[in-house]
Amino acid sequence: MKIVVCIKQVPDTKGGVKFNPDGTLDRAAMMTIMNPDDKAGLEAALRLKDQYGAEVTVITMGLPKAEDVLREAMAMGADKGILVTDRVLGGADTWATSQTLAGAIRNLEYDLIITGRQAIDGDTAQVGPQISEHLGIPVISYAQKIEIDGDSVIVERQFDDRYHVLKAKMPCLITALAELNPPRYMTPGGIFDACDAELTVWGRANLVDVEDSNLGLKGSPTQIAKASDKVRKGQGEKINKDVTESVDYIVEKLKVRHVI
Amino acid sequence: MNLEEYKGVYVFAQQVDNVLNSIAFELIGKGKDLAEALGTEVTAVLVGSDVKGLADELAEYGADKVIVVDDPELKDYRTEPYAHALASVIKEFKPEIFLVGATAIGRDLGPRVSARIHTGLTADCTQLEIGDFPINPIPGKEQKHNQLLMTRPAFGGNTIATIACPDFRPQMATVRPGVMQKRERKAGAKANVIEFNPGFTPDNKYVEILKVVKAVSDTVDIMDAKILVSGGRGVGSAENFKILDDLAAVLGATVSCSRAVVDAGWKPKDLQVGQTGKTVRPNVYFAIGISGAIQHLAGMEESDIIIAINKDESAPIFDVADYGIVGDLNKIVPALTEKLKAELAAK
Repeated sequence: MKIVVCIKQVPDTKGGVKFNPDGTLDRAAMMTIMNPDDKAGLEAALRLKDQYGAEVTVITMGLPKAEDVLREAMAMGADKGILVTDRVLGGADTWATSQTLAGAIRNLEYDLIITGRQAIDGDTAQVGPQISEHLGIPVISYAQKIEIDGDSVIVERQFDDRYHVLKAKMPCLITALAELNPPRYMTPGGIFDACDAELTVWGRANLVDVEDSNLGLKGSPTQIAKASDKVRKGQGEKINKDVTESVDYIVEKLKVRHVI
Repeated sequence: MNLEEYKGVYVFAQQVDNVLNSIAFELIGKGKDLAEALGTEVTAVLVGSDVKGLADELAEYGADKVIVVDDPELKDYRTEPYAHALASVIKEFKPEIFLVGATAIGRDLGPRVSARIHTGLTADCTQLEIGDFPINPIPGKEQKHNQLLMTRPAFGGNTIATIACPDFRPQMATVRPGVMQKRERKAGAKANVIEFNPGFTPDNKYVEILKVVKAVSDTVDIMDAKILVSGGRGVGSAENFKILDDLAAVLGATVSCSRAVVDAGWKPKDLQVGQTGKTVRPNVYFAIGISGAIQHLAGMEESDIIIAINKDESAPIFDVADYGIVGDLNKIVPALTEKLKAELAAK
């Protein structure tokens, strides 16, 4: 079985956020980590590898320094790493990103593609389902459990108040929740090997069946009109009165704001 | 793409088990604002099996038209037939705006549809308005009018971005549940129904539902709660959370807490709000006896309405509270519960 896992290097948002003058994120200026949902997806792939035998390829799109997350993934047990990087891919929204990754994945054989549900920088949860659409394969989002059954995959798919047990023919794309599996640690041997491992680096020329008009900032249907550091909510009203007046005040506010 | 051909505001009227989700009415409500600004109408798109009977309810909340896609393949939510339904509606009717709830269904369906029809999709919007893009004129660049400006938090809530989709139609957004206001329900309104079925032929993308398991737990995840009554160290003891439980019961709210409360062993970890707990964005957040350490604020400051009760006038929680009450929570909270009981009984 061949599994492709899409991972993303994301800014560690605990370290604060910096912007380029055009409103896009200045990724070069921030501390980075492997996106947590993606790491859970990688762990799911590695467990399937342990259980059924599989070749696990990790792929990321990003700046050259994104190779760090590929090496981390290989130190955890991934077999191959592919970095998709090219100046023309910069500034991509989810449409252009999913076009890029689908274009790269078309070079590969795969039974299963696993992505994280969403990245902690954008929080959109769009790229996984969009890749599946471009590749014409089924998607199962929000996976909380994954099993293989012959040529199919059986997945527990989380909804708000229920879960569905779904069966899909492979090839199929699954998006993983961070809760899916606690990720394993890198092994010392794995870290040693991953430092020396050959990574595959692809650029625009390696993307299959993708037009230039669908790539990078120019190929992005959504455009940023305005971005700003979050304005901290200013202080509202504060009162210091007796109990009855305080209670009347709260009830009045709840009415004005249509809570009751 | 001839953008001029695209007219009208469309919303996905999500139903599960033939019960409309509140997000459907919220989207109609916001859709009405946008439609009024554009001089157009709101159309609800109702997708399912045997769902036609729900159309009037959508009209009661303000939908000018209801497109019903009714087919046995659409009984339980599955990505492919639902994506086919919405993409087909968009191709046939050409809306200029299409809104979907940012629910577990909408966040799966939205990206699949937007990718199929090649347009942009802005996720988890908290604000939508009609305006110009670019917002301020830029020499040498056309400023387009009547654009949907979609505002959303990003980077863990550290930033706010406003997004436009000037060159593709429809302009699509998923909208966070609980943020937009429903219109008042007009009982007896009848829907102007358009039935539409693009045909559903199962292919490799149709998954099979082996089992549907509904949650048995009746405890609400604090992240899903519309109103949270949250207690901190100032509550004083595990037993004294009773006064918060009573207030929560009257409001249909859920009780949550600060880290100090979990550390003290008064409440379990899954009720903890804050950087090392959960990030919550309820409509109303009561911070009771919570001083408001920065780690706590990070987990709740995006709540729509924050009401703080604390005896310490200089507590940092008052810096983010919309309504701050300096006083003794042991007196104010029970009195508030009684007053609310009386108010709600009178309704």
